[in-house]
Amino acid sequence: MGMFRHQVVREWRLLLRARADALNPIIFLVLCVTLFAIALDGNPEALRRHAAGVFWVLVLLTNLLSLDSMFRRDFEDGTLEQLLLLSEVPFLPIVGKMLVQWLAAGALVVLVSPLLGTILQMRPEALVPLALALLAGTPAVSMLGAVGAALLVGVRRGGALLGLLTLPFYIPVLIFGTAAVNGLADGGGGMAQIYWLAAMSVLAVTLAPFAVWAALKISVENG
Amino acid sequence: MAFESFAEFIAMGKHGFYVWLAFATTATALIGLVVFARRRNRLVWRELAEEDYE
Amino acid sequence: MSWIKRLWHRLGSPRWFYEMMQPWQTGFGFAALVLLLIGTVWGLAFAPADYQQGNSFRIIYAHVPMVVLAQSAYMMLGAAGLVLLVWRMKLADVAMVAIVPVGATVTALGLFSGAVWGRPTWGTWWEWTDARLVSTLVLLFLYLGVYALREAIPRAESAGRACALLAVVGLVNIPIIKYSVEWWTTLHQGATFTVTKMAMPLEMAAPLIVNVLGAYCLFGYLVILNMRTEILRRERDTQWVGALREAQHGI
Repeated sequence: MGMFRHQVVREWRLLLRARADALNPIIFLVLCVTLFAIALDGNPEALRRHAAGVFWVLVLLTNLLSLDSMFRRDFEDGTLEQLLLLSEVPFLPIVGKMLVQWLAAGALVVLVSPLLGTILQMRPEALVPLALALLAGTPAVSMLGAVGAALLVGVRRGGALLGLLTLPFYIPVLIFGTAAVNGLADGGGGMAQIYWLAAMSVLAVTLAPFAVWAALKISVENG
Repeated sequence: MAFESFAEFIAMGKHGFYVWLAFATTATALIGLVVFARRRNRLVWRELAEEDYE
Repeated sequence: MSWIKRLWHRLGSPRWFYEMMQPWQTGFGFAALVLLLIGTVWGLAFAPADYQQGNSFRIIYAHVPMVVLAQSAYMMLGAAGLVLLVWRMKLADVAMVAIVPVGATVTALGLFSGAVWGRPTWGTWWEWTDARLVSTLVLLFLYLGVYALREAIPRAESAGRACALLAVVGLVNIPIIKYSVEWWTTLHQGATFTVTKMAMPLEMAAPLIVNVLGAYCLFGYLVILNMRTEILRRERDTQWVGALREAQHGI
């Protein structure tokens, strides 16, 4: 576990040192929300109707943005190869990296979601469901996305490809996430969808590290 | 035979356009797959033959 | 059980596969030609028209075989990926190279004929509330992802293993995606058109079965042909390919 803690602390420090990098996804998210509001003429009715779906799509795109650089620096300076070779439980440090990525692109989004939801004219009673759904669903998004990022780490201009590889796998999260927010806000059932999201996250957290580890090994061999 | 005449067969009720569009596209693409696969095989053979002269 | 072990061992040899599969390729090719001709002519000209949809229902004889094949082809792709990852069998990588373009084309055809069928039947080219159309679209994206990933990674061996991993991840996710899409479509539309659930009389179903079998044979032919081409390309510097070349061209 020492290696794991070490990795999490290291990633966290790197994140704080490059504060602009860490905040980029959130700024991107706020920007996209603004663009959508403008595209819909600022019409409160239209915004409120589509807010949950729009928000979820933007969260997925934001995640892509932060995933793209997730392994790249460590890959380029050789740290990644060391991590894969040296650690006694080789995927633990990788789980650490994935955890920090989720903190930056998932947990942070959960925290700012009430604010952005309000900007998108969501009703106050929809804000808690939104945060809840994001909390349950974003781990799955981060974990699945990390597999794509790991596969593409050695590929130049892999960014565009990352979307093609990972977005199809986000569809279940998008479906249940949107339905949960809308259902709970309307006072209908929505908890079942939250449980589904949580189940997918648990599954992803359990399986994805192995896939990421295997993918990184393939990419390092390639480099 | 489900049709009285050849003209009726082509017309497919009033859905001739859709039926023939679907079948023509499917047939063309499948034949294309076969043609491309065979051509690629021939190309590899040709490359093998040319390597001899080098 | 020893023959399974022997077969497994032999599958490690591309040469054995290349030589062994020649008659299978011919057989599948002929079977595909015959079955598809019979099934299509039967379905288009002889099967009775549907009492509700009229003659537009005949599109299923082109549509259903493609969709069925699209899904099985991805299962095979994932299985080949698993074999490559676990046993590092070269032939599995060759199989993946062979399956992807066929699978992607067949999926695209399934989508296209589905849309063309939808227009006269439901009055729309594309229906987001039809679960099968949407999950077939997602399947097409999965195929395109595997294809693009192989193109993007320069070193052939890494590209193969990366694609294998992606295909296996896809295989794990397909049931989840399908379930969620199905749930989503029933959420938004209570009474959907249950086209495939209608009990089909035998004279309508028989040509369909013939065409599905024909499609599988065509798939077998194409995949074996592609695999043999790829083996030839990869093994071009080996002795046995040299001998084959000499036999073909004279010395």
